[in-house]
Amino acid sequence: MNAHLAIAPLLAPFVAGVLLLALPNLPMAVRRAFAVLAVAAQIGIAIALLAAVAGGDIFVYRLGDWPAPWGIVLVADRLAAGMVLTTTLLALFAVIYAGDGTDRRGRHFHVLFQMQLFGLAGAFLTGDLFNLFVFFEILLIASYGLLLHGGGAARTRAGLHYVVLNLLGSTVFLFAAGLLYGALGTLNLADLAAKAALVAPENLGLARAGGLLLLAVFGLKAALLPLHLWLPAAYAGTAAPVAALFAIMTKVGLYAILRVDTLVFGDAAGALAGLFDPWLLPAALATLAIATFGALSAQNLGRLAAYLVIVSAGTLLTAFSLGTAGIAAGLYYLPHGTFAVAVLFLLAEAIRWRRPAAADSLAPDADMPHYALWGGLFFVAAVAAAGLPPLSGFIGKFLILRAAPGHAWVWATLLLSALACLIALARAGSRLFFSARSADPAVHPAAEEGLLEPHSAARELAAVGGLLGVVAALTVGAGPVVAFAQAAAAQLADPAAYIAAVLGGAR
Amino acid sequence: MEALIALAVGTLVACGVYLVLRARSFAVVLGLTLLSYAVNLFLFATGRLVVGRPPVIGQGSGLTDPLPQALVLTAIVIGFAMTAFVIMLALRARAELGNDHVDGRDSP
Repeated sequence: MNAHLAIAPLLAPFVAGVLLLALPNLPMAVRRAFAVLAVAAQIGIAIALLAAVAGGDIFVYRLGDWPAPWGIVLVADRLAAGMVLTTTLLALFAVIYAGDGTDRRGRHFHVLFQMQLFGLAGAFLTGDLFNLFVFFEILLIASYGLLLHGGGAARTRAGLHYVVLNLLGSTVFLFAAGLLYGALGTLNLADLAAKAALVAPENLGLARAGGLLLLAVFGLKAALLPLHLWLPAAYAGTAAPVAALFAIMTKVGLYAILRVDTLVFGDAAGALAGLFDPWLLPAALATLAIATFGALSAQNLGRLAAYLVIVSAGTLLTAFSLGTAGIAAGLYYLPHGTFAVAVLFLLAEAIRWRRPAAADSLAPDADMPHYALWGGLFFVAAVAAAGLPPLSGFIGKFLILRAAPGHAWVWATLLLSALACLIALARAGSRLFFSARSADPAVHPAAEEGLLEPHSAARELAAVGGLLGVVAALTVGAGPVVAFAQAAAAQLADPAAYIAAVLGGAR
Repeated sequence: MEALIALAVGTLVACGVYLVLRARSFAVVLGLTLLSYAVNLFLFATGRLVVGRPPVIGQGSGLTDPLPQALVLTAIVIGFAMTAFVIMLALRARAELGNDHVDGRDSP
């Protein structure tokens, strides 16, 4: 059983997706229950994988049992297993929320959802650069379908930009992979790392160009500064459970940057060592700054949450550029940042239904029913998203700052950005919940179009409360989680073990 | 031959980038197609250009690198699927937004 544990996170969503596609006539209630069960099973697999690799073992799964540099490998180390668990936890609450009618507004929502999880798990677990490209394409084509799910002009417009940009990104990815193959003669990540130090001088330029093109592609996925413009419209325009799941998508880009930076262009890479280093910190701080201004300028809660996705990406990249201690802090902050933003997307939609005229825009409207409940949930989510004590965002930011002694720019940008995000969230909260105006007989625009289903607050509360519960668990269990993040960072700092685990059979 | 391949890739990329930067979705789709042709040609050349050698280990001297050919095959399949998708999306945008401008509004 253990021998196949590394491929189980891929097979589970793939089989579930194919079954859902093969049985199109199932009643919706059965499809929903099946989708939730499938994601719950994936959480179980992810926990088993995490427990198996937590001791420091690196699982290598050789597809077809071909030895490593020639065959394709899946590699599960602490970082990959942690990312898979974060993804599946997020997916559980997104799919619960999607049962609230989102999945009825188009065909095959649950199929696309499972395929998205398949692509995400594959991107985290693969140990091969070209295979990473293939899994990027799988998760992207599923994300195109999910992003456009339900239709509408705004969604189509944002979707067209998103699709064209990502197709361009895929082309650049192929150029980068081709350049690295031409320079180093391999595409296996461990083999690339082993050969990076031995690059022939006449190929050095090719390898550097390929590496930096890779950084550009991953920067596009992670929504880093010059390449972030597609994100706010796409995320704010799509359905809430999809936007919540997409909170992990920028982290795929960050994961890929971290993996390639520490493994292939790590300290042992000779002339290629530290290829990304001059770019990471400036890009991270600039992203943080511009996204903070975006958050301050947002006119509705969905767009505010979308800018907070970029803030969280900038914060994480800042952490990743600060050495091993910073990477450990970032890995602790990563699940927190993902869940906190996802909660805001879900809350934005829950609030949108309950404010007849203003929806989730920051304008006065009649009091929403149960405003104390939703206001309280928003307050907790805002505390989490802004990184205030007592929740885990504070611990994460504290660890990041502690990893940056003497970096005045990092301290100034992170703290000022946190303050500005706090102001933006406080403004949003007071506009949404305190500036009520007298009741207005205006009809809900969605109700007029017949899109509004009777809403079960239970599902919304289960998803929002569950995600906040995970954030609380991250806070209460901060000790073990930080220890795990530090172990994962230490493992990343020692690429020799990864290389030996992957290539061991061949040498 | 190297110069010819490089020129071909460069021309395709230049035309592709020019078309992608147009404001009409049809031109953008054509540009994406040209870029994917360029990258397929480029991937072929990454194993270094060799004439008249088989891509399998066997009798005779030397072989051409078979891996780029496998990569190109995968890239062609994915590129084909993505082109089909983006064409459908462009048609839908034309239907829903009423024109084929990439921002959904007619430029003056």
